Amino acid sequence: MDHFPTNWGRPRNDAFDAYGTYPIHQRPQNGPKDAFVDGVQRTQQPIVTGTSVLAIKFKDGIMMAADTLASYGSLARFKDVQRLFPVGDNTVIGAGGDMSDFQYIQTLLDGLTIDEFTAQDGHTLGPAEIHEYLAQVMYARRSKMNPLWNALLVGGVKDGKKFLAFVDLLGTTYSASTLATGYGAHIAQPLLRKAVEGYENVLTEEQALKIIETNMKVLFYRDARSLNKYQVAIITEQGVRISESKTLDTHWSFAEGIRGYGAQTQ
Amino acid sequence: MYKPAGFDFSNELRNNFLVEKGLPLPKATSTGTTIVGCLFKDGIVLGADTRATEGPIVADKNCEKIHYITESIRCCGAGTAADTEFTTALISSNMEMHALQTGRKPRVVTAMTMLKQMLFRYQGHVGAALVLGGVDATGAHLFTIHPHGSTDKLPYVTMGSGSLAAMAVFESGWVPDMERDKALALVKSAIAAGIFNDLGSGSNIDACIITANSTEMLRNVEMPNQRVQKERNYKFRRGTTAWKKEDIRSLVVDEQVTQIGGDEMDTS
Repeated sequence: MDHFPTNWGRPRNDAFDAYGTYPIHQRPQNGPKDAFVDGVQRTQQPIVTGTSVLAIKFKDGIMMAADTLASYGSLARFKDVQRLFPVGDNTVIGAGGDMSDFQYIQTLLDGLTIDEFTAQDGHTLGPAEIHEYLAQVMYARRSKMNPLWNALLVGGVKDGKKFLAFVDLLGTTYSASTLATGYGAHIAQPLLRKAVEGYENVLTEEQALKIIETNMKVLFYRDARSLNKYQVAIITEQGVRISESKTLDTHWSFAEGIRGYGAQTQ
Repeated sequence: MYKPAGFDFSNELRNNFLVEKGLPLPKATSTGTTIVGCLFKDGIVLGADTRATEGPIVADKNCEKIHYITESIRCCGAGTAADTEFTTALISSNMEMHALQTGRKPRVVTAMTMLKQMLFRYQGHVGAALVLGGVDATGAHLFTIHPHGSTDKLPYVTMGSGSLAAMAVFESGWVPDMERDKALALVKSAIAAGIFNDLGSGSNIDACIITANSTEMLRNVEMPNQRVQKERNYKFRRGTTAWKKEDIRSLVVDEQVTQIGGDEMDTS
């Protein structure tokens, strides 16, 4: 019999103090213990990172682009990483930020797709549902003080409706006819807005591709964490196409007549 | 006692101690800005927005950010408004003296060197980020000067919080040896990108075209943020309120004056 009333109703641990010989205030904690609690770490900063993702609406759907670089700090570490990920038949997500967290998001979405397939209920997930799911996951993780360090664009077409929206590590969401993450939000967004706003239902695929190419080029000129290799995802009513990686044709001879940075002439 | 030129740092230790103890020191306010410059066939086009801010508040909706250095050299300023204003005024004065002393048209590199040497002496505490452009005997020159005193010489440059938006326009639109009209249109659209996409920039577009034989200051060359006539007003139509009686009173008090005694002029 355990004579300490505070122990009554608790699971007994015979390994420690079977006869309740400890003074009350020193009683060992019998609850479940996590031996690794001090060893658990959360994402404090992204490590292997992807830079901007761009996306625009055009006549037939959504066009999204991201370069294929995964940086390790300022080192261009992996130069052939796909940052555009198709989900189901109608959706593509593009990710900037931590690439390991992005790979985890891909496994989450794969699981979600399989669950949805297994249900065989005649429903499929469209871009709006995927975006809502991601927003919930991202916000739940930031509320646990353990965010998934990404900025994601979700684009797709379903039932004749174009969908394009943003979600980031805080769970912030918004939607517009042109979106860009990271450095692209500063550099590319002004050009995208000028080129696309008001022409969402006019721009052809070729025109949209041209706009995307111009912007990827400007980003490569001015974003020190970018690469001249990129992929384009085109999502239309017919489905998802993600291109092979394309290489940008760039020119660096713009200042040929200029010498030095100041008074130099030679 | 030897007194070096530049700031006096003798109180720095004490001030750091006071800050550590929790005494906040006054902070200089800096302006969000879009300023640009661009080389073209016959010279330089400079551009600027006209918004001045104090933190989140728009302090001046139509300020001038293209400052006079000499007749054919002008300088756009971003950063701490007072610093850009006084730095360019000082260098402008010194350039005039230099011109009188030498009896020649002063060069752009002279202004650039004066500015960078002054800014370097003050180790970045004079918060002036400048775009300097002009035409002299050696041709057209365009520089950026950072607050710490470093300089760049490039065919197209942008500065301020809207520099990324403006640079995107230049990177996708600039070509060598542009005609005057095309260069001005490009500068206008670069400033417009800053005005519409950067919250630190806004209001109107100023531009300045400098060629070998003329300097054109185009103040408010574009005004894309004019207030329009309000669509509705809230004045009631005459006769909206019904009235039951009319009463008109005279508010002038009538006064009866009685003359007592003579009022004749004294003619004795």
